[in-house]
Amino acid sequence: MKESKRAFPLADVLPGLPDQHWASFVLPLAVVLGLALFPFITGKDVHRETMFTVLRAIVMAVSLNIILGYTGYVSFGHVVFYGLGGYVGFYLVSEKGMSLWVALLAGGLAAGLLAWVIGAGILRLRGAYFALVTIGVNEAVRALIQNLDIFGGPLGLEMNFSVYKAYGGPQAMLQMTYNILVGLAVIAVLLSYAVRTSKFGLGLLAIREDEDAAEVMGIIAPKAKTWAYVLSAILPGMVGALFFFRNGSIEPHEAFPLHISIEAIVMVMLGGYGTVLGPILGAAGYQVMRAFLITNRYLKNIQLTVSGVLLLLIVLFIPAGLIGWLRRRIPASRRILL
Amino acid sequence: MTALLRVENVTKRFGGLVAVDHVSFELHEGEILGLIGPNGAGKTTLFNCINGIYRPEEGRIYFRGQDITGWKPYYVARLGMARTHQIVRPLAELTVRENVMVGAAFGSKQYDLRTAAHIADEVMEFLGLAERAEMLAGSLNVAQKKRLELARALAAEPKLLLLDEVLAGLNPAEIAQMVEIVKAIREERGITILMIEHVMHAIMNVSDRIIVLDFGKLIAEGTPEEVSNNPKVIEAYLGDPELALKLTRKSNA
Repeated sequence: MKESKRAFPLADVLPGLPDQHWASFVLPLAVVLGLALFPFITGKDVHRETMFTVLRAIVMAVSLNIILGYTGYVSFGHVVFYGLGGYVGFYLVSEKGMSLWVALLAGGLAAGLLAWVIGAGILRLRGAYFALVTIGVNEAVRALIQNLDIFGGPLGLEMNFSVYKAYGGPQAMLQMTYNILVGLAVIAVLLSYAVRTSKFGLGLLAIREDEDAAEVMGIIAPKAKTWAYVLSAILPGMVGALFFFRNGSIEPHEAFPLHISIEAIVMVMLGGYGTVLGPILGAAGYQVMRAFLITNRYLKNIQLTVSGVLLLLIVLFIPAGLIGWLRRRIPASRRILL
Repeated sequence: MTALLRVENVTKRFGGLVAVDHVSFELHEGEILGLIGPNGAGKTTLFNCINGIYRPEEGRIYFRGQDITGWKPYYVARLGMARTHQIVRPLAELTVRENVMVGAAFGSKQYDLRTAAHIADEVMEFLGLAERAEMLAGSLNVAQKKRLELARALAAEPKLLLLDEVLAGLNPAEIAQMVEIVKAIREERGITILMIEHVMHAIMNVSDRIIVLDFGKLIAEGTPEEVSNNPKVIEAYLGDPELALKLTRKSNA
């Protein structure tokens, strides 16, 4: 039996895998915190706004990875949770005068509840059928909200700017919402790590590899899949509530854009599906590339084309993504790169 | 002695085809029961009914005194039944150790990951997979994948182990090794075994009793000697027993 000298120091707190090096826990957190602190160091508002976009992408990608990367179910319409959380949160703040904190919780709860309700039904479908139905769910929720008068119909809702006074005015609000997003990104990483290193996570990976074999080995797949879906929905819902509060307005086409889902899938595949670190690096890398493309005068018009070609190249040549590729090529790296 | 597994009148149909036709048998604790029959006789379908992959149209299945008819495979697994697959199903992108840990963590004892890792190490040692613990399961060869199937099932610490052609595709040396392993599983671990096998000399050697399936029906039951001399069994395997005798005479001449 191997000595436990490499045993994970927080093993009693977090349920780390038996052979995991502590760096596998610290590395993803360090990357996220490093990115998050960057605007504090430079002190420039423009960097804070850039990093807001990057961190939002990280939360989306890391959350999506729980159902896509760990469980193997391609949730193509994952933006539905972001949009729904956004609408629920926005409605509570702007129409009901509730606080941002209530909005965040309600946004996350609404997204989780939607995942729980539809998950039991649609997670029976496998492969392309599941992916297609998730797009359908996104379109259906968008259509529903477009026709609900309390959510402002097709025009959406506008925030009365006096609301921000309670948060120290618009300028302070921008900083505060950024700080909250940093917190959500850290929670996303902790959640992803906890799932990946838990028994529950091992069950999800088994489902991804062969669902029938997993059931024969005693994994209650319907239950595990539903919880994975719920966990992957909550944080996007909270980020939606946070973003649209900050944005000051919300409209159906802004809340449920399918390309956000697709970009999140690209980020997960780029960094490495089924890993903790991969989606973080994938999201950051994708955002850097996107920023470069949209500011380049020759390339700005073909930004999404480049993303499409990128996805094609990844799937063709490095389907495991960056971290997945490293883990495969260098087995020793598996203890550290998780 | 009460039966560990009792199969009563189990029938499974696919459209007009009766794959398993009113099959009944009992399996006692500590026994090794062989299940043989020509290709397409319904052996794997019967396994699938027993461990809950299929729900039989008729009949009941009792395991450890409970009626498990129609239970989902994961509840059957948790009650202490593990199986291997005829066509291997490795969790390809997980390591060998992780594969075996799944068996231990979700099997009859529901171990936590740390304990599951220890059990996986012990089982891999027992089956000679220890050196390959860190390899991805998808990169194993067929013989190793067969062992992996067995390792996952053993790690679940089952009461009853269903083995579906664990010897198929192995060379004679590997078959001899595997036969010893199967015996050791019963002797050292006290696990009752129901096994499907086509390698006749091996199954005759390890089984206490053998049951024979043909066109979904149970046509014979008895000790290996009784079964191998049963005219019905010879007919099922070779067609017309007269013709079979003639052919044997010809090849001797």
